[in-house]
Amino acid sequence: MEEQYTNYTPQDFKSDQEVRWCPGCGDHAILNAVIKALPEVSKELKYDMERYVFVSGIGCSSRFPYYVNTFGFHGIHGRAAAIATGVKVANPTLSVWQVSGDGDALAIGGNHFIHAVRRNIDINILLFNNQIYGLTKGQYSPTSPLGAITKTSPYGTVEHPFRPGELVIGAQGKFFARSLDVDVKLTKEILVEAAKHDGTSVVEILQNCVIFNDGAYSHITDRENREDRVIVLRHGEKMIFGKNRDKGLVLSGLSLKVVKIGEGGFTMDDILVHDAYNPNPGIHMMLANMQYPDYPVALGVIRNVKDSTYDDNVRDQVLEVMKNSKIKCVDDLLNSGDTWEL
Amino acid sequence: MDKQKSVQELDEVVVRFSGDSGDGMQLTGTLFADASALFGNDVSTFPDYPSEIRAPQGTVGGVSGFQVHFGNRKVNTPGDYCDVLVAMNPAALKANAKWVKKGGIIIVDVDQFNEKGYQRAGYKTFDAETELNLQDYKLIFAPITSLTKESLKDSGLDNKSIVRSKNMFALGMVYYLFERNMNFTERFFEKKFAKKPEIVEANKKVLHDGYNYAANIQAIANKYEVKQAETLPKGRYRNISGNTATAWGLIAAAEKAGLPLFCGSYPITPATEILIELAKRKDLGVKTLQAEDEIAGICTAIGASFAGNFAVTTTSGPGLSLKSEALGLAVMTELPLVVVDVQRGGPSTGLPTKTEQSDLMQALWGRNGEAPMVVIAASTPSNCFDYAFMAGKIAMEHMTPVMLLTDGYIANGSEPWKIPSMKDYPEIKPPIVPEGTKDYMPYARDAERLARGWALPGKKDIEHRLGGLEKDFLKGTVSHDPINHQKMVDIRAEKVKRVQEYIPEQEVFGDKEGELLVVGWGGTYGHLYDAVNEMRKAGKSVSLCHFNYINPLPKNTGEIFSKFKKIVVCELNLGQFANYLRMNFPEYKYMQYNKVQGLPFTVVELVDKFNQILEGK
Repeated sequence: MEEQYTNYTPQDFKSDQEVRWCPGCGDHAILNAVIKALPEVSKELKYDMERYVFVSGIGCSSRFPYYVNTFGFHGIHGRAAAIATGVKVANPTLSVWQVSGDGDALAIGGNHFIHAVRRNIDINILLFNNQIYGLTKGQYSPTSPLGAITKTSPYGTVEHPFRPGELVIGAQGKFFARSLDVDVKLTKEILVEAAKHDGTSVVEILQNCVIFNDGAYSHITDRENREDRVIVLRHGEKMIFGKNRDKGLVLSGLSLKVVKIGEGGFTMDDILVHDAYNPNPGIHMMLANMQYPDYPVALGVIRNVKDSTYDDNVRDQVLEVMKNSKIKCVDDLLNSGDTWEL
Repeated sequence: MDKQKSVQELDEVVVRFSGDSGDGMQLTGTLFADASALFGNDVSTFPDYPSEIRAPQGTVGGVSGFQVHFGNRKVNTPGDYCDVLVAMNPAALKANAKWVKKGGIIIVDVDQFNEKGYQRAGYKTFDAETELNLQDYKLIFAPITSLTKESLKDSGLDNKSIVRSKNMFALGMVYYLFERNMNFTERFFEKKFAKKPEIVEANKKVLHDGYNYAANIQAIANKYEVKQAETLPKGRYRNISGNTATAWGLIAAAEKAGLPLFCGSYPITPATEILIELAKRKDLGVKTLQAEDEIAGICTAIGASFAGNFAVTTTSGPGLSLKSEALGLAVMTELPLVVVDVQRGGPSTGLPTKTEQSDLMQALWGRNGEAPMVVIAASTPSNCFDYAFMAGKIAMEHMTPVMLLTDGYIANGSEPWKIPSMKDYPEIKPPIVPEGTKDYMPYARDAERLARGWALPGKKDIEHRLGGLEKDFLKGTVSHDPINHQKMVDIRAEKVKRVQEYIPEQEVFGDKEGELLVVGWGGTYGHLYDAVNEMRKAGKSVSLCHFNYINPLPKNTGEIFSKFKKIVVCELNLGQFANYLRMNFPEYKYMQYNKVQGLPFTVVELVDKFNQILEGK
């Protein structure tokens, strides 16, 4: 369809509602990145703004749909993925974005999350991970580190946390990316990639809760240390990081290893090249699981693999069956099969 | 061969097939019912089976039954007591002997009445006839298993497959008894086993051998004839179960609304057949999503409704419990949604394969907050079609979730249905907001129905946000204002109440005034009707008021109640509808007749009860 599309500005996507997140909350930066990404997505994919639907569950992040000037649906706790799935199957032409926190998506909504990923339905899931329950005021979440002291774990949690990337790839996820709330440019870049990806895209955004879990990621987000503690992966590029761009990742046996280029006999040629399109999830899983201090935390699009999507399969199957069936309307159906005259 | 047997003419007959849950009794019964319907009888069926797929063999708990009632006039129930019982083993006989009419025919597979069979079924002796007091019945001890083996010894089939065919031997015997044509059943084999001709041949042979065996033995003194039903209206008929009718009614509503049908659902007995039936109908554009759980089922449906499909979700009691929070969301967002609850025995997992009417309170009120919803109940297998259609019409035109209650009894039961024509069904016109509407306000309402507009994503200029938080009266933005909340609670209640203007007035079967008004709702219709009809024929002053619209109740409900001296509310629960009526019409006194056994009423027990009431006992 050759339709005219509008050149949007970020301002077009701002709703008239007052943004009510706490001052300093990471969500502001993420909203900013989304508002900047949407005009770019619109331009690249020729989407009009009424084509976007934002769906959320419950939690601070889930207020998001109110702040974007598109269609929005603020659902119930944990069920955003299910609602978003229904929206997309009902109307596959819509660009569907789900906004969830770590508690919403991975605790109460864990079931729906993995099944959305497994089905590979074409929705974009923004997973705001602050490792805490914010809206209910400071209880541990399924991503809080073992031993985390929170209101419901005064002596430290005794639970092992989920690693969202591992969960996504384990559920046969085809797109996983990670960003930082403070890095608006990177987040925006990733969101555009996620929108272009046909299938479930999960974007984990490490997000600071200024009230209940302040500084949860400061060890990797501090300007001073960031470049040495994170690695930004880009398809086709070497896995290099560090202030001086002198560190890199190599494969050592069956594991990844951090090396210094020029030391220990490692040269630039040994450094791995990122292949986000590789269907084999092996290296992607290792990259997604890298944790500081043993490794830099991986940012960017870690996995981006093409596969058939649930919504396309549904549509194609319906069209195929419709084409081949003798039953074209309800009257046909009612009179089909074994009938008799009295 | 003695072909001189007498043929006895009957108006109606009840046959019950019973055996182990692996014996194929549901299929046997279905084939017999279909053959009777094709012959031109009116038919009503009742499958009664355990929830285990293969319950312990030979035990009473593992007995699976299928009852067929057919007649030369309108048949409203599967019948209380049977004229013919087929019992494939001692357990089946033990479980069902009490349901046979005195003097009735009982066909048993004598091969199974061995030491092991008796013991598994928990008999005290090795003499079923004496132990169960069956002296007044016509017992036919037929060596069904061994004759089936003999019949198929040259078939090349393995022993297991041969023994599995014994139900067709029994069916052949029953076909002889009622002089049924076997062509239909043979066609069924040909279709079902199209790729296995040896199975088709084997089944045909066993069926005929059973028929011939029955003809040859001297034990069957009479054959029976039930003539074609002449009171049924002329036209084209088909057999239909409640679950299939529900599925098709929903598809019909989607067609009339010009919208695709979306069903998000999770399998649960006894509702699963609706999902199965809808999944077949991709040729009519139906989208089914087998969700990861009940909550996802309804939430995908809510999402699909938001995006502009006619959305439904199907479930049974415990599944409805899981959907509660999402039901509240559907009420708050004022989106069309049909929720089908096929009630079963509860509480909790309860009796999954047995029928009950005990979800009414849950349907009416099982949500947090003031969350009113339209509640409709179907009352026969075939009218599930009409009420599913109406549920869709009301949901879409009034922008509200609608709960459709059916139950295991009408969902699994089947009856011949005069095939309707879609041109006779009303149009469905949802209030879809046109693209480009300026200053669209998501919660502005039309004056009559109080329905808000349905603004579909993807359309220009009507972007809006919905959600579970309280809404501003017009703009639909989040509002915590106390007065606004009161207004919204009031208008949501009023919106449901206004549906009263769009549903028919309640009808009464019988006189409009009198001694006793029998009140019921949902799947108990057939039994209540027959009981009241029988009493009216005996000259008693009894009428029946049977409800399909529960919330709101029809406008003339109170007026009907005011004309009778006594009211008795009959339901398969402890009095949920009775209490609902007490709440709505406290000025009348309601007697109750309740049964909670996982079984439908019997006409006999109802008549007894009504007579007692009339006699002032």
